[in-house]
Amino acid sequence: MEPISEVSGRAIPFGRKNVDTDVIIPAHWLKTISREGLGEGAFETVKKEQDSVFTDPEFAGAPILIAGDNFGCGSSREHAAWALLDMGITCVIAPSFSDIFASNAFKNGILTVALPQDAVDRLMEVAQTDPIDIDLQSQCVTTRFQDRFEFDIDPFRKHCLLNGLDEVGLTLEQGDTIKAHERRMETDLPFLAKAVGTAG
Amino acid sequence: MTKSARTLYEKIWDAHIVDQRDDGTCLIYIDRHLVHEVTSPQAFEALRLSGRTVRRPDLTLAVPDHNLPTTARTDANGAELPIADKQSAQQLAALRTNAPSFGIRYIDATDREQGIVHVVGPEQGFSLPGATIVCGDSHTACHGGIGALAFGIGTTELEHVLATQTLLLKQSKTMEVRVDGELAPGVTPKDLILHIIGVIGTAGGTGHVIEYRGKVFEDMSIEGRLTVCNMSIEGGARAGLVAPDEKTFAYLKGRPYAPRGADWDKAVAWWKSLATDPGATFDKSVVIDAADVQPTVTWGTSPEDVAPIGSAIPAPESYADPSKQQAVKVSLDYMGLEPGTRLKDIAVEHIFIGSCTNSRIEDIRAAAAVLKGRKKADSVKWAIVVPGSGLVKEQAEAEGLDKIITEAGLEWREPGCSACLAMNPDKVPAGERCASTSNRNFTGRQGPGSRTHLVSPAMAAAAAVTGKLTDVRELTG
Ligand code: SF4
Repeated sequence: MEPISEVSGRAIPFGRKNVDTDVIIPAHWLKTISREGLGEGAFETVKKEQDSVFTDPEFAGAPILIAGDNFGCGSSREHAAWALLDMGITCVIAPSFSDIFASNAFKNGILTVALPQDAVDRLMEVAQTDPIDIDLQSQCVTTRFQDRFEFDIDPFRKHCLLNGLDEVGLTLEQGDTIKAHERRMETDLPFLAKAVGTAG
Repeated sequence: MTKSARTLYEKIWDAHIVDQRDDGTCLIYIDRHLVHEVTSPQAFEALRLSGRTVRRPDLTLAVPDHNLPTTARTDANGAELPIADKQSAQQLAALRTNAPSFGIRYIDATDREQGIVHVVGPEQGFSLPGATIVCGDSHTACHGGIGALAFGIGTTELEHVLATQTLLLKQSKTMEVRVDGELAPGVTPKDLILHIIGVIGTAGGTGHVIEYRGKVFEDMSIEGRLTVCNMSIEGGARAGLVAPDEKTFAYLKGRPYAPRGADWDKAVAWWKSLATDPGATFDKSVVIDAADVQPTVTWGTSPEDVAPIGSAIPAPESYADPSKQQAVKVSLDYMGLEPGTRLKDIAVEHIFIGSCTNSRIEDIRAAAAVLKGRKKADSVKWAIVVPGSGLVKEQAEAEGLDKIITEAGLEWREPGCSACLAMNPDKVPAGERCASTSNRNFTGRQGPGSRTHLVSPAMAAAAAVTGKLTDVRELTG
């Protein structure tokens, strides 16, 4: 996972409330074997709407998405996070997020920033014309117009994001403890510690 | 600190704690990991993208099953036949390259050991009592039949296991389902587990690991125990267990991956020590009398919608809970059934004998025993028998069961998940009805609009003969 310390750039001013994971990535994209390439299916239905911000060349490749309340509700599909990453988004700003989406986003190295509605409204305005800066270390979102909004983040998640640690990475840090367990198993339960077989 | 009197589940759990966090979450070591083609591609991809490796490829076994058509896999010259569905072909091809590239043992679609993961694991002696076993499929609970702590996991967890051979888990509560007495003739382990789910409900085991205890399970064959544990998930539990005993040891001894020599003796000694201690307590306990269990079928779209074959479809109003009343209405509407209809009057057009619940040799024998000398009803359009693995298939053919089955007018297929889920070509058409030995009767599970009645293999065979849901005891006397 890529470490994140700051995200700077244009932000897609989507602003819609209750965006569910089926809007982020429709179900027919789920039979894939890859996490990559899902960006193409991201917001597929929204892209078909007139004047969609997702087809506006102004926001092509923007690393930030601004949405309304309860972003990422609906099914628990991790594909939603994969789709955002694949379209190049590493930070989503919204007044609130569904828990499962926030957790999936975190697991995949996407920063979710929850800010009060009026702050989000102001950022929506700025995003129309100018970039936005998010600094994870100091936990604040700034603009070139002297806006400054601080946000909360779980210290554990912050640590992981700053260091690019996913859950797998964290457990891998416990390699010695796992090794010690394997040694114990080899002595105490050798028949479980190995699978010597002939098939396959 | 470990408790002094512990249950089977607690003993297995304790033996696998690698580390414990302050909030009680444990890092649990995983002894065996079974991999199939559907849930693994993104996990392998993630490893590749992050430059990680599989920690214990030697404890991991991959086999394709879900997507495979159950028709011939090779032509007359032994050349492999292509798979028509592009996405299925892509998933199967991904497993075929991913497994060897990460050093994982792989059983190919064309190997004689190929089969449904949950049939292959115990059959190969890869699944062992007291082991922690995971697979990206919720019916992993199946392996509890030999006394393994086995449960299904999602794609992110799969990646975690591949990379670290561990999982972060919270300990489950314990639940005892005790069945004493004896099952009546014609009543099988499948009928019993359907009955149990009817009693506890689909949420009955939520948050718990079930241990099946009592004389009925002691008397039951290993294959029967696998059938029972398989459907623990339909009762809401994450896993189900039966304590390993002499039967378990006899079943496993000499299987390809089973321990040998001094390891075997050490294993048996430890397995014997795993039984729940006298005085150990369960968080929840359910007692069922074996005498109450009849051949059982489902009539709705939830696995708890069960009834003895001699009864009739219940009226929604017979349920106290208004939300269940509503669910029953919706379910009967989907199933095209009226309250009060006798189950024995329900005609079925399709028969599926297979799935990880009921595709082992005893299941095929039970079906063949009913089919012997009989013919499929003309009204039954499609009836297939799908062995759980290539080895089950060989065994059945050695016993001449395939002849009995085909002479009765049923098809004898290649191993795989088949009509258990609508992912390969074996599907039930919309609005049509299937007597199925699989484990889920959810809306659309066997194909969009399909209507499923879960039954035992003997009951499915009886339905094939009469063209209706049938009490098998009326045929076999
Ligand atoms: S037979 Fe059905 S339940 Fe069993 S592994 Fe295959 S799809 Fe899953």
